[in-house]
Amino acid sequence: MSSRPDYILFDRNTKAFVYGYQVNAIQRMLDFDYVCQRETPSIAAIINPSRSGIHKAFWGTKEILLPMYRTIAEAAERHPDADVMVNFASHRSAFDTTMDALRESTIRTVAIIAEGVPERHARIIGATARRAGKVIIGPATVGGLTAGAFRIGNTAGTIENIVACKLYRPGCVGFVSKSGGMLNEAFNIISRNSNGVYEGIAIGGDRYPGSSMLDHILRYEANPDIAMIACLGELGGEDEYRIVDALNDGRITKPLVAWVTGTCAPFLPASVQFGHAGAKADTAKETAQEKNRALKEAGAYVPESFDGYGDEIRNVYEKLLAEGKVREVVEPQVPRIPVDYSKALSTGMIRRPTTFICTISDDRGEEVLYAGIPLSEVLEKNMGIGGVIGLLWFKKVLPDYAARFIEIVLQIVADHGPSVSAAHNAIVASCAGKDLISSLASGLLTIGPRFGGAIDDAAREFKRAYDSGLTPEQFVNEMKRKGVNIPGIGHRIKSVKNPDKRVQLLIDYAKRHFARTDLLNYALQVEAITTAKKGNLILNVDGCIGILFLDLMASCPVFTQQDIDDVLKHGYLNGLFALGRTIGIIGHILDQKRLGARLYRHPSEDIAFMLPEL
Amino acid sequence: MAQRGIREFDAKRLLARFLPEYLEDFDYRGEVALIGPETDLDRTVSENPWILEKRLVVKPDQLFGKRGVHGLVLLNASWDDVREYLSKNMKREVTIGGVRGVLDHFLVEPYVPHENELYVAISSDRDGDTIYFSTQGGVCVEENWDKVIQMHVGILDGIDAADIRSKLPASPDAERMARFIEALFRFYVDLGFTYLEINPFTLVNGKIIPLDMVAKLDDAEEFWCRKRWGDLVFPEPFGRSLTPEELFIKEIDAKTGASLKLTILNPKGRVWTMVAGGGASVIYTDTICDLGFAGELANYGEYSGDPSTEDTYHYTKTILDLMTREKDPRGKVLLIGGAIANFTDVASTFKGVVMALREYRDRLRENNVKIYVRRGGPNYEEGLRMMRELGSELGIPIEVYGPETHMTRIVPLALKGE
Repeated sequence: MSSRPDYILFDRNTKAFVYGYQVNAIQRMLDFDYVCQRETPSIAAIINPSRSGIHKAFWGTKEILLPMYRTIAEAAERHPDADVMVNFASHRSAFDTTMDALRESTIRTVAIIAEGVPERHARIIGATARRAGKVIIGPATVGGLTAGAFRIGNTAGTIENIVACKLYRPGCVGFVSKSGGMLNEAFNIISRNSNGVYEGIAIGGDRYPGSSMLDHILRYEANPDIAMIACLGELGGEDEYRIVDALNDGRITKPLVAWVTGTCAPFLPASVQFGHAGAKADTAKETAQEKNRALKEAGAYVPESFDGYGDEIRNVYEKLLAEGKVREVVEPQVPRIPVDYSKALSTGMIRRPTTFICTISDDRGEEVLYAGIPLSEVLEKNMGIGGVIGLLWFKKVLPDYAARFIEIVLQIVADHGPSVSAAHNAIVASCAGKDLISSLASGLLTIGPRFGGAIDDAAREFKRAYDSGLTPEQFVNEMKRKGVNIPGIGHRIKSVKNPDKRVQLLIDYAKRHFARTDLLNYALQVEAITTAKKGNLILNVDGCIGILFLDLMASCPVFTQQDIDDVLKHGYLNGLFALGRTIGIIGHILDQKRLGARLYRHPSEDIAFMLPEL
Repeated sequence: MAQRGIREFDAKRLLARFLPEYLEDFDYRGEVALIGPETDLDRTVSENPWILEKRLVVKPDQLFGKRGVHGLVLLNASWDDVREYLSKNMKREVTIGGVRGVLDHFLVEPYVPHENELYVAISSDRDGDTIYFSTQGGVCVEENWDKVIQMHVGILDGIDAADIRSKLPASPDAERMARFIEALFRFYVDLGFTYLEINPFTLVNGKIIPLDMVAKLDDAEEFWCRKRWGDLVFPEPFGRSLTPEELFIKEIDAKTGASLKLTILNPKGRVWTMVAGGGASVIYTDTICDLGFAGELANYGEYSGDPSTEDTYHYTKTILDLMTREKDPRGKVLLIGGAIANFTDVASTFKGVVMALREYRDRLRENNVKIYVRRGGPNYEEGLRMMRELGSELGIPIEVYGPETHMTRIVPLALKGE
């Protein structure tokens, strides 16, 4: 237990745990510490049931690391100097986490932020804390703040507001309310009408708050640094009568400015449920009118209406000032908190050149955009995989026949059996127990100049020859002279007599749908020459895809010359192969996994061992 | 989130279904049928064959008491009598305790001739729960309040420590009563009750039969009790049916982590409010009533807990739609008020408000609506700037104030021009 007197919950050395990974609230607490010129941060550690480690946060312009633990017990053991827990657990786990905290001998105060904590849970928490001599603030509250010392979570909002309300240094007024929203308004009112707030607590709007307004008022009474007390009650419940009793029996001697809200209730139908769960008068005694009357009778300073609340505080304060019981505060120099980069950016205060540019998609809005088109429209219009490739690779809405052509290509290249390089490699990797992604990568990495990579080369070579006006004969001869195989020509198995069905399908589709197939016609003339020499020097599927893709682009008005150049330069067409073949590679990997295939070891007898004799 | 009354039907259904888990020989069978305006009576009969076999009781089941005093209970009736009663009373407007409302839900159950009437109730307070028990129950329990035994069970103590048996008056039934009360207490705790009253219940051939029940549940217990509660609905208090707009806001409220509340008090009122915060909204309402405008006040409501732009857009739109349905020659005012927010982003909540105001520009002008804004908190400068600019853009008078102005200052400005 800490050595602070009972009436002090928080001072400039208070250390707290924050339960729940509330990044904004954590930063707000640290910023408050900084403007208060605390020597050390008020947060000892964060408790985050889903992750342990560290959290990086700002301390002024510098950055600091806060430890993060999974359990309250561990945090408490490592940081016995922390006696507060700010509990951001949801209404479902607020009970268990708070009870855990109350079991730690070092934790004295727990603030429960969650709304919707069941009444029975709140009552058990409250009674347990009282029995142990501990303090609960909440549930259903923003918390509270001790000026110049400690802030619970988000209390008092922005740093500008904290500076405006002079909360970075103590005044002489102790304040307590039910409402968290009104707490901040009260800070504003008090700072305008006195030398400022010493401490303000919102006990929460539920029916059974863990501590009552009177509990805090009695702490303020006992605290010699507090000269006057202000409270803001609410219709419903009988809390205010405990204050009346305390006024009557002399437990409260300091001036108390009080107002109970809800004087409108008698004018409204009885069934209106105000915003706070506890704000409902079940008996005449629980009405705001009766409570205000009783408080006034007991000697509290009660204004005519809420409008006069500030004036009443001013009157009391000025009286205390005249009596010499309080003094004006000498204002300290307040350190500035730098503006957060994201806020400065959003308000247009600063600018910075970007590092990356993206021109194809945008996920920042409600719906992801593909080249400016919302995903829902892509689906509604049935754009299909071909259409999506059009948007994301070419930034164009493709005509249906073009999108369909891309899909045909993908289907055609999807698989070519287990023996080809990519499938083989993937199968071997899968058999070695590698996961799907690793096995897929090992397959994809075989795609290159010799395997699957001929599409781009074929397109490039045929286009170069055609554009430079070479006749098919000249082209064949030129390549022969260079000693280079013509890319896209030739097949290991297929031949004129045993034609490749896939090539036939592609050519049929192009003839039916493309406006022109100039490059294909040229390629077929080349094929006529090469097959005359050797039957298997046919236009192969890679060559056909590459050539037809260029025909598609040349004959389809959505593409420009620049687009065609880009396709050749950046290897779009090998992308088509890699994308389509991925389907087959994944299939092979899954096949091996289902079969429970064992590690593959290539048989030694299939390897010729020919080592040098050194 | 609060204490919510449930129908007697549901209270008896829960009692019959779950009390036996705590009291093995409790054999009340929960023969109860709920009849609403859309109920198919033939189906009710086929699902509850006892209806044709037994003499019956029928009474309204709409969260109000003293039904006998109001002559609304029909005892010892045949099914034909019940049907006649229903045809006379369904959708009938009545005034109960000063509240006018329409009768639309009735409970039918077997009529139990009995002599003794007992009373048991449990209520909750901060420090625990109190059990009330009397052997002289029924309508006279209040007259005989001095005979009621009160037993307080501390919130940390539990029922076992309470020793109920020793506190009951000596009688042959005392042992049975003690076991019943203990079981009822456990049922009360485990099923999330905040109030439970069985007045009266009776003993027939040694069996406990509840005749009349009143109960409230803590709706915050929903997460833990959903399964056992079953498809329970919390009816609105008698005389208070939700308008479609109130229902719409309630549905949005249920979906978000923020809070959105709307109660329409007087759809023809000239003073409409849209106030942020459960505390501030009450104070604005107080101030309006203080200034003598209670009769002109159209609604109570609040939004808080950092609602999204979309939420505030729908909330504002709902209010604008309601307030521009019927013109008033004197014009109308809309108070967009609030305290200084702790963490609610004023600019982003106002963005939704602005969207809705823009959409209702013409109707707002036709209805001669004046708007007064007061707000502070994160990004309030930006939020207030948006509002000011909107005024000149739309040609609607919008007066805008920040934290430098007292929170409720806009109320007299709007209502009295001072």
